[in-house]
Amino acid sequence: MTVKAPEINARRHQPMSNTKLLMLIAIGIFVVMYAAAMLLIGKRFLNLQEIFNLLNNNAYLIILGCALTIVMIGGGIDISVGGVVCLTAMSVAKFLQTSGIEGVPGVLLSMLLALGIGLLFGLEQGFLVSYLGIQPFIVTLAGMFLSRGITTMISSENVPIKHEAFLEMKKVAIQIPGVFKLEIGAAFALIILLLMYLLLRHHKLGRSIYALGGNQQSALMLGINVKRSRFLSYVISSVLAALAGYVFIMHASSGKTSIGLRSEMDAIASAIIGGTLLTGGVGNVFGTFFGVMILSTIQEIMAASKVQESYWQEIASGAMLALFILMQSVVLSRRGKKFVLPSWMKMSKRQ
Amino acid sequence: MENRVVSAKELKAAKAKLQQGVVLSMRGISKSFPGTKALNDVDFTLRKGEIHALMGENGAGKSTLIKVLTGVYPKDEGQIFVDGVEGEAHIHSPQDAQNLGISTVYQEINLCPNLTVAENMFIGRTKNIRVHWRENEKKATEILNSLGIPAQANQELSRCSLAVQQMVAIARAVDMQCKVLILDEPTSSLDEKEVQMLFGLMRDLKNRGVGIIFVTHFLEQVYEVSDRITVLRNGELVGEFPISDLPQVELVARMMGKDLNDLADLEEIGQKKTAGEKVIYNAEKLSSAESKPFDFQIHEGEVNGFTGLLGSGRSESVRAIFGADRVTGGKVEVNGKKVNIAKPHDAMKAGIGYLPEDRKRDGIIADLSVRENIILALQVMKGFFHPMSRKEAESFADEYIKALKIKTASQDTPVGSLSGGNQQKVILARWLLNHPNYLILDEPTRGIDVGTKLEIQKLVLKLAAEENMSITFISSEIEEMLRTCSRLIVMRDRNIVGELTGDDLNQSSVMKTIAGGGQ
Amino acid sequence: MIQKTNSRKKHDLSQLIIPLAALGILIVFNLIRGIAIGDLGFFSITTRINNDGNMVLSGNLISIIDDASALAIIAMGMTLVTAACGGQDISVGAVGAISGAVFVKVLDAFGLDNISVLSIVVGLLAAIGVTIIFTLFNGTLVAVFKIQPMIATLILFSCGRSIAYMITGSATPQLNDKLINAIGKTIPGIPIPTPIFLVVIMALILGLVFKLTNLRLYTQTVGINQGAARLNGINPTAIKLLSFVLLGVCVSLASMIQVCRLNQLSHKTLLDAIEMDAILAVAIGGNSLGGGKFRLAGSILGSYIILMLTNTLNDMSVKPESIKAYKAIVIIIIVIAGSPAVKEKISAFWKKVHNSSRRAVAGR
Repeated sequence: MTVKAPEINARRHQPMSNTKLLMLIAIGIFVVMYAAAMLLIGKRFLNLQEIFNLLNNNAYLIILGCALTIVMIGGGIDISVGGVVCLTAMSVAKFLQTSGIEGVPGVLLSMLLALGIGLLFGLEQGFLVSYLGIQPFIVTLAGMFLSRGITTMISSENVPIKHEAFLEMKKVAIQIPGVFKLEIGAAFALIILLLMYLLLRHHKLGRSIYALGGNQQSALMLGINVKRSRFLSYVISSVLAALAGYVFIMHASSGKTSIGLRSEMDAIASAIIGGTLLTGGVGNVFGTFFGVMILSTIQEIMAASKVQESYWQEIASGAMLALFILMQSVVLSRRGKKFVLPSWMKMSKRQ
Repeated sequence: MENRVVSAKELKAAKAKLQQGVVLSMRGISKSFPGTKALNDVDFTLRKGEIHALMGENGAGKSTLIKVLTGVYPKDEGQIFVDGVEGEAHIHSPQDAQNLGISTVYQEINLCPNLTVAENMFIGRTKNIRVHWRENEKKATEILNSLGIPAQANQELSRCSLAVQQMVAIARAVDMQCKVLILDEPTSSLDEKEVQMLFGLMRDLKNRGVGIIFVTHFLEQVYEVSDRITVLRNGELVGEFPISDLPQVELVARMMGKDLNDLADLEEIGQKKTAGEKVIYNAEKLSSAESKPFDFQIHEGEVNGFTGLLGSGRSESVRAIFGADRVTGGKVEVNGKKVNIAKPHDAMKAGIGYLPEDRKRDGIIADLSVRENIILALQVMKGFFHPMSRKEAESFADEYIKALKIKTASQDTPVGSLSGGNQQKVILARWLLNHPNYLILDEPTRGIDVGTKLEIQKLVLKLAAEENMSITFISSEIEEMLRTCSRLIVMRDRNIVGELTGDDLNQSSVMKTIAGGGQ
Repeated sequence: MIQKTNSRKKHDLSQLIIPLAALGILIVFNLIRGIAIGDLGFFSITTRINNDGNMVLSGNLISIIDDASALAIIAMGMTLVTAACGGQDISVGAVGAISGAVFVKVLDAFGLDNISVLSIVVGLLAAIGVTIIFTLFNGTLVAVFKIQPMIATLILFSCGRSIAYMITGSATPQLNDKLINAIGKTIPGIPIPTPIFLVVIMALILGLVFKLTNLRLYTQTVGINQGAARLNGINPTAIKLLSFVLLGVCVSLASMIQVCRLNQLSHKTLLDAIEMDAILAVAIGGNSLGGGKFRLAGSILGSYIILMLTNTLNDMSVKPESIKAYKAIVIIIIVIAGSPAVKEKISAFWKKVHNSSRRAVAGR
């Protein structure tokens, strides 16, 4: 009575998965954007270095994007990252200026400080969200205000860094003079990007986060430690935010209370544009990377086309975000209809 | 918690042992929820290499028994023995169950749609930190091929048909060396070809020595693949039968319960009234997103019923009448006038009331008071800009609390804190207050105590007799329907397969029609 | 069997337990602190003559209630949205900035040195109209496209202030006018600040709406059980949209008050971070952030508590920018206390205490 199944090859060509499809759309949009920039603004964008400038200037945003991608794949959200960036940058600046520890030890300790801040925030937020079951938005909103509040307690003034070893490190760059120059922060961001890709793709935790975002109940039934996975996703997010803060201070070398204002929104927007679904389970850090590049290209275009006021950038990215959120909502409802046929349709086949 | 410790001690003394060839034995399982006893002293035995059907109507305790076995619910009393485990098996979580070789495949597939087929088969099972994609896919392909499942290992699960998804879940269970495989309503969303594919797989597994528990409401399917049937009713064990000893009609009788001595006789709850001439509601080819087209009419003062097993489409049909699901077609006349019922509000305006099947999900507004719950429907009919005064609301609530004998501390008590029966009365009061011409009651007696059941049946007959109300009454207990309805519409597989009136209104003809022998 | 009055009172009180407890803690804290430093100035109310030569009440408590006005009004709207949608609108500050910009733009069109009752009324109506368009945008995303409220409102949260900037440009116009002061500060001859009256008026209007319509019943029903609401003939989408419309009215009014109080419009700082305070006020007010039953009085009380907390911290010379951190800690404590896991533990604990005390009684 067994129905013969057709012979199956292990890796036959597959129709594209949602993750890849949404990422390809993002890449396409980036290419179009960049081409538009070349046409509209010309010269500058024809230069290879322009792409590296995008990387150098937005290194911290790439890391934040990774953080948000991971949390959002797990079906959560973290809006405290901007605050954590600011707190880390300010703390590092203050530490380097006031501790009096010179040379490499000072720099190493400042890195440890950054990690510590990220870890503390991550542990707190992860615990509240995962083990106490509190809405992530509320928890991380509180985290955002907590980190910004503490920042102003540390200093409400600008704290420029004059630590020599730190300034030395900041100057390190990968470059062929005249062709391209990649700052150390941007290189670090790209390494993080790769690591997060590996984590999500080839590590048990990463796959657990996907499973949890795809269907929490199922993930539980499949024997995944749902609470721990979710907890860790928030810890990773905050630690990455702290690292982003460090990368930011390496780029800017001055602590300010305005650092990272609304960067959480940019990070969320990048993730969404890059194909991460708000409902979780689908997403890819490379997509997010292109999301960041798209947003920063828009900014460049705006800046170059003599729109001085920054408000146009915000409105443009807001409109972009709205568009993508709506697109996802439509895609999702379509997808739902495709795979869960109304039962009467199936019954008719039986007759 | 305390209960379990005590009973475990008692039962250890009993020292039951697994017989030869038995993979699973559950003894004296009891489980209560606040207000109801879901399982009462139930035994269940599963042998190696058999397909064992677990049958029962709504509230019979099938799913509770499964959930106790898989560690979703802790049991109150009883013991479970599993082949290969010395003494009693302790199952406190789905994880424990899996480790003991008990795997479950649910109707709503418990896999992650966004992962690949291979991942779904292997995730959550190894201690390895690295995920070996190629290796997993190779292994998965082997298993899929050996079981004849037409899926590719590197395919995203959501791109497979539901049947294949189900089979992937089974493949996962098989690869985990499961001894006991529970299939909970696996066929309800599959078409005929897919069902045959699934049955092929089940027989194959049976030959490999796996014990399969098959929960379904399709009788033909039970007889097609099962070796043995265990029947539950109202949380109690009716019995275990080899398939050859239990003809289909008798199975239906056992599931529905022939003798309900605890309920009063027909005479006691009053006489059935003959229906009036006037057609109150008439539908032609009515269909919704959940139901197939059907014709239906009801006369003034008539009490009729939709019957059929769980999943036969009886609830979906009445939901279509009320506009609860998206209506997709059909002509509807109320009192001879053509009306368009697209949403519940339209139905309410046409004088139709509907008490939903799932009281908790669709009926009560748990945090609101008894009073607010009672006046809700009438208030909506009066309109947004015409709230009734507090005094009016209180007097309405008072009247119905008294009339239906609702036991509540006060009108202000949140309805969620009442017992099931009283919650049901509150929803009944809500619709009675609205004075509908046609009232639909979907399982009004489910999960409530015997006394209240009787009260509700009496009320149904009284409303029809004294207020000339037309009523559709649905119940899993056929006795109740026979006592109250003057016409029964029988459904099977989402089709109306018969209509019984007059002398045909008896146990045996109803069961024959349901079982498919009445045509 | 039916004990109406008793149980109703008990029910009412239990919903206000959190705000009343918080208020009590703050008052006791300030009393102790006042006694310790020998200065109970925190509680004193005096009269003084203001710049225009009017007699006005002054003192800490008056300024707390006065300062809380915009927050209290937004909290009312936020309560409705929370109850109906089970989520919060985080764009109220940004949308408030847009509303303020429209208001000032209209005043400007009439002439800033020639402000009349007419121009204010027209300005307010225009601001309300525009604001409702924006809150309806949020509402549509939430009610029709079923996007979580906080994500949906993220869009305007991130670009609303830029839209406000687009309307007025970089100028921060000064509004020095008697009428503006009458709204933002006091009306000559009346010693109590006008914003306090506006809160009362808004509360009365909403109270009247509750009296004359089924808004409360419908909103709660939708918030508790959307599916059942639909089966009883309620349109959940419409109710959610309505809650956003009412929020829009509240935001406009609050924005006008704030513009008049400060005598200027700044798209960057107008109602800055008010969304956090409004959500906090709703939570402190004993309302569930997951929707369902609500009490406006609780949220209003919550607003006053927040301002009292701010004021107390100010009094203890905490820097104004750092107050955010303390508030964040308060919000964390409140959500922890209200989290399902902790609630379960507490109720289990109470049961244990109850049982053991009963056993002790039985033993005797």
